[in-house]
Amino acid sequence: MEQTLLKINHLHKKFGEQVILDDFNLEVKKGEVIVIIGPSGCGKSTLLRCLNALEDIQGGEILLDGLPIRKNAKDISSMRQKIGMVFQSYDLFPHKTILENILLAPLKVQKKNRSEVEKEAMELLARVGLADRCNDYPRQLSGGQKQRIAIVRALIMHPEILLLDEITAALDPEMVHEVLEVVLALARNQSTMLIVTHEMAFAKAIADRVLFLEHGKIVEESREPKSFFTKPQTERAQQFLHSFEY
Amino acid sequence: MDIDAIISYLPLYKDALILTVKIGIQGVILAFLLGLICAVIMHLRIPALRQLIAFYIELFRNTPLLVQLFFLYFALPKVGLQISPQICGTLGLGLLGGAYMAETFRSGLTSVAPIQYESAQSLGMNRIQTFRYVILPQAISSSVPGIMANVIFLLKETSVFSTISLMDLMFTAKDLIGMYAKTIECLTLLVVFYLIMLLPVSVLGSLIERRLRYAEFGN
Repeated sequence: MEQTLLKINHLHKKFGEQVILDDFNLEVKKGEVIVIIGPSGCGKSTLLRCLNALEDIQGGEILLDGLPIRKNAKDISSMRQKIGMVFQSYDLFPHKTILENILLAPLKVQKKNRSEVEKEAMELLARVGLADRCNDYPRQLSGGQKQRIAIVRALIMHPEILLLDEITAALDPEMVHEVLEVVLALARNQSTMLIVTHEMAFAKAIADRVLFLEHGKIVEESREPKSFFTKPQTERAQQFLHSFEY
Repeated sequence: MDIDAIISYLPLYKDALILTVKIGIQGVILAFLLGLICAVIMHLRIPALRQLIAFYIELFRNTPLLVQLFFLYFALPKVGLQISPQICGTLGLGLLGGAYMAETFRSGLTSVAPIQYESAQSLGMNRIQTFRYVILPQAISSSVPGIMANVIFLLKETSVFSTISLMDLMFTAKDLIGMYAKTIECLTLLVVFYLIMLLPVSVLGSLIERRLRYAEFGN
């Protein structure tokens, strides 16, 4: 639990003239679950995208296992294999069956043996309750089912860290639950995760640490999620959490 | 209508159909490959080649096939490049079709959502793997309706082959009318034989489209 996995030093990210992340620092230990919350435009999604080098950064550094992550670097594809990412809109490959979606990267990128990964894929599918859908196409699945597949697709690469970017934002309330159950099970298995979410109850249940972001800066950080969600220290966080009550 | 005449013309039309289909298929295959290569180069923004291809596409899309064929058949021999009418027909069709196919594939490539690239990259795929396994298959499937329209268009364009003395359907019909003056019979046969050639292509097109429907559904 004490080993540092991910280190972000003085990260600076701009879109044109607009500053998104301003001197952002974070250290993530192995097995830690960090939930990032904050209002729209606070930079939380951009942060996750930077961590996977989907965005260029203008300053600072991101280190995974001490190795830098940078867009356009030669080793970026192999670095990305260590980082799993799940997006809000699931983004399965529509022309491939569920099983092919999951197997594509292990077979083509990691060049693994087909029968071995297939066995593992089926085990993972069973864990998310979708083993019987392996030969269907994504369009035949509901949003929640697609999102569970997207999680499996990321997991089969055995990432060291999992980035979840508002993975339930596009789902019906009932489906939110089935997806979050899967994520909770991962947390119990000591997976390292960075989670951006608007599901406050879920955040409270899963987080080892909560970061509240605004304007690309950490406004409040808490290692006691239960007390953070009931009694945040800063006024801005109080205001923000209050908006979730009716 | 002179049924006996029609029956006696049938073998000639059959031979013409075979020749037309043969050159048509060769031309379409050439067009498909050329179009795909051009579209990929345009999409990957390979410098220099990209400008060259843009020039080629505009040149061939904005001149009639007849003019292109005349150029290949009558002008090239003047600079020492003699090619047979058959090769000339295939080449002409392929070059014209390549320009159209390139544009069709390009619109297919543009239609793939940007997040599909990110999704593939986040799984550790490099640029080539992403393109080959994720982007291209989706682009081709959404290009199918356009490709089939191009195929039918190209097969119909074969009717100008008669001008470079290829004995295609049009040539045969004109020839027979000139010899026997059975205009209605010859033209009816011409229509029937074009339909024999093109209706199966239309049906095949709808079948392929139905099989590849997934592309329309986004995720």
